[in-house]
Amino acid sequence: MEFRIPLGDWAEEAVAWITATLGGLFDVIRAIAAGIYDAVDVVLASPPFWVIIIIAVVLAFIARGWVFALGSAIGLLVIVGVDQWDNAMDTLALVLVASAIAILISIPLGILAARSDTASKIIKPILDFLQTMPAFVYLIPALILFRVGVVPGIVATIIFAMAPGVRLTELGIRGVDREVVEAGQAFGATPGRILRQIQLPLAMPSIMAGVNQVIMLSLSMVVIAGMVGAGGLGGEVVAALNRIDVGLGFEAGLSVVIIAIFLDRLSASLGGRKRRVRAASPSRASDDADSAADKAAASIVKTPH
Amino acid sequence: MSALPDPTGARGENVSGIDETRTVAVRAQNVYKVFGRKPKEAVRRLQAGESREQVASLGTAAVIDASFDVHQGEIFVVMGLSGSGKSTLIRMLNGLWDSTAGSVSVFGTEIVGISDAELREVRRTNVSMVFQHFALLPHRTVLDNAAYALEIQGVGAAERRERAQRIVERVGLKGWEDKLPGELSGGMQQRVGLARALAADTDILLMDEAFSALDPLIRREMQEQLIELQQELGKTIIFITHDLNEAMFLGDRIAVMRDGRIVQVGTPDDILTDPANDYVAQFVQDVDRARVLTASGVMEPVRSVVQVSAGPRGALRVMRDLQTSAVFVVGHGRKLVGVAFDRDVLQQVRSGENDLMKVVRNDPATVTADQHLSELFEYSADSSLPIAVVDDNARLIGVVPRVTLLAALANQPSNTSELPVVEPPVTVPVDLITQTLRDTGGPTDDELAASEGSK
Ligand SMILES: Nc1ncnc2c1ncn2[C@@H]1O[C@H](COP(=O)(O)OP(=O)(O)O)[C@@H](O)[C@H]1O
Ligand SMILES: [Mg+2]
Repeated sequence: MEFRIPLGDWAEEAVAWITATLGGLFDVIRAIAAGIYDAVDVVLASPPFWVIIIIAVVLAFIARGWVFALGSAIGLLVIVGVDQWDNAMDTLALVLVASAIAILISIPLGILAARSDTASKIIKPILDFLQTMPAFVYLIPALILFRVGVVPGIVATIIFAMAPGVRLTELGIRGVDREVVEAGQAFGATPGRILRQIQLPLAMPSIMAGVNQVIMLSLSMVVIAGMVGAGGLGGEVVAALNRIDVGLGFEAGLSVVIIAIFLDRLSASLGGRKRRVRAASPSRASDDADSAADKAAASIVKTPH
Repeated sequence: MSALPDPTGARGENVSGIDETRTVAVRAQNVYKVFGRKPKEAVRRLQAGESREQVASLGTAAVIDASFDVHQGEIFVVMGLSGSGKSTLIRMLNGLWDSTAGSVSVFGTEIVGISDAELREVRRTNVSMVFQHFALLPHRTVLDNAAYALEIQGVGAAERRERAQRIVERVGLKGWEDKLPGELSGGMQQRVGLARALAADTDILLMDEAFSALDPLIRREMQEQLIELQQELGKTIIFITHDLNEAMFLGDRIAVMRDGRIVQVGTPDDILTDPANDYVAQFVQDVDRARVLTASGVMEPVRSVVQVSAGPRGALRVMRDLQTSAVFVVGHGRKLVGVAFDRDVLQQVRSGENDLMKVVRNDPATVTADQHLSELFEYSADSSLPIAVVDDNARLIGVVPRVTLLAALANQPSNTSELPVVEPPVTVPVDLITQTLRDTGGPTDDELAASEGSK
């Protein structure tokens, strides 16, 4: 093979250069990410399992009603039953931290892409690249930069899971009825106000779909992150793979599925719920809402429409 | 308010020259808008006399050399076919879109080239807008939508609710304040759009095809209400439409646009009687209102109408309450079945017959919504009944009484009066009908009859 583009060498050099010059920065990032993860993990893993289950069931009930609450209770008890509870909580902490950070990055990026065609043109190919690159590949530089542990897992997860958050935010905002945005402009609203009062509320279903996808992708990536020492259910799956332990693999895998379904249904109902709450309490100042409703009913009967 | 000019008084004035005695609300001078790769270049070549087609390679010339004054307190209509540049033009009047060349001023303030912040200030204080598809905030109530402009202006919560409430009531939406826009019909949503613009309390109102998405009857109602509001509040209204009926009905002056150019500005009469060129002449066809106006443009709501299932007694009650001698009979889905006359129905009631179909005559004069008035004459000549207007599914959607037909041709809006026009006049005394209904038993209470009478 006489002709070869040394792309790999360049990537290696780039990572080496980054490590050498920005090593200190990465140590700081590592410390912060590890700190956040530890805090969340303590909250999830230190109380007895039934406390967490009760909280989860209450959330499930509020979000979707008793069927989902019952299903969640059974599912979570199964995790306890196969002795994967602690691992599941580690994984959950990892997912929550990674997807929260991914969402915090991706929504502003999506807003930027929606407002500027130039930004959109730059961001789109990057997202395509990030999304199609095999997930494992992120682990390599992440490992070098952040060393073995949960942090490379979190970082790789954020990069891997971010794309749909950006895309769906951009899509949602660009999809807002142009006339409604024009109405905001025509009455003299500032761009910031139009974003807050018109674009974001109307794009909310799409943004929430993005949030849901970010969470689901995070979960799938977190399992892979188990391979670089992030532990949790991913670590169990890797261990099972190494030992060809079908039983352990099944139990850990099932636990992942249960958590996935729980998070999916919960986050999917988030968007819908928020909107309903908004619709139900349209005017903070109306303490005489009942009498107003009566009036409305009365005049509906009267008006010959 | 009393100093404000009467819009009808504006008609027949000298409109070609600039009238120095009236305040100019909006002035456009040599305004161009080109979309595309090289807009400035395109404008230079247009200014040098090239045509729209010749510069097509550089971009779409949406507005070419538009100049006009809109006076305070008038309704200025911009009319033209779809794609003629109306929306583009109106969006340059409040700076939503930048003009490629030319000058636009609002009450003397130049708005081309000013900063975004200054432009927002002009919009807050001087110019508000009503949109074709309403453009309401779907997650906010009617009242909060109406108060939106005030919120942007920084008016306090209590005051803006109070002011919005007044306007909401003024446009006829009392009782609907806490509904979401999605719960309202199109006509009502546009009332909210109108309320939002009126609440902003700006002098100038831009309306881009504001009524084009509405049903003909609702549209007519909104047009009448707009004129009423304009006379009451003295707003300057710039109204865009592709509909000649609407332009003629609303406009104190009309600008006709074609392919980006304003080809004529004048009163409706000017446009009808003295078209500037062949295009306008063709647009207003033969200067004949009978051919310009359509049935849906002049029709009125049907009052004298009854369901077949209401039977002879129901029909008789409707006729009594409206004091008319005939009633339209409709079947399922408001499909027109025919017409029944008071003498026949009275006979039926007396003889205890209860199948209304037996006396229904199924030959009332019927036209479709888009037929021109000229085609309505033959029907009107040989019948005292109003002409029934039906849609494509044979549903009764309106009537054209003869007085309305004549009034429309004479350019007198007949239905601005309060009294309903119901034809033909009664032939059997009301007392006799009431007596008959009572004698033959059954419910005669007036509330029932009234509720049926007003459909
Ligand atoms: N944003 C735009 N980009 C490019 N061309 C446009 C844009 N908006 C309008 N046009 C073109 O400008 C012309 C006038 O459009 P418009 O002002 O919407 O007409 P109207 O409102 O009379 O139907 C049309 O040929 C249309 O295709
Ligand atoms: Mg248009």
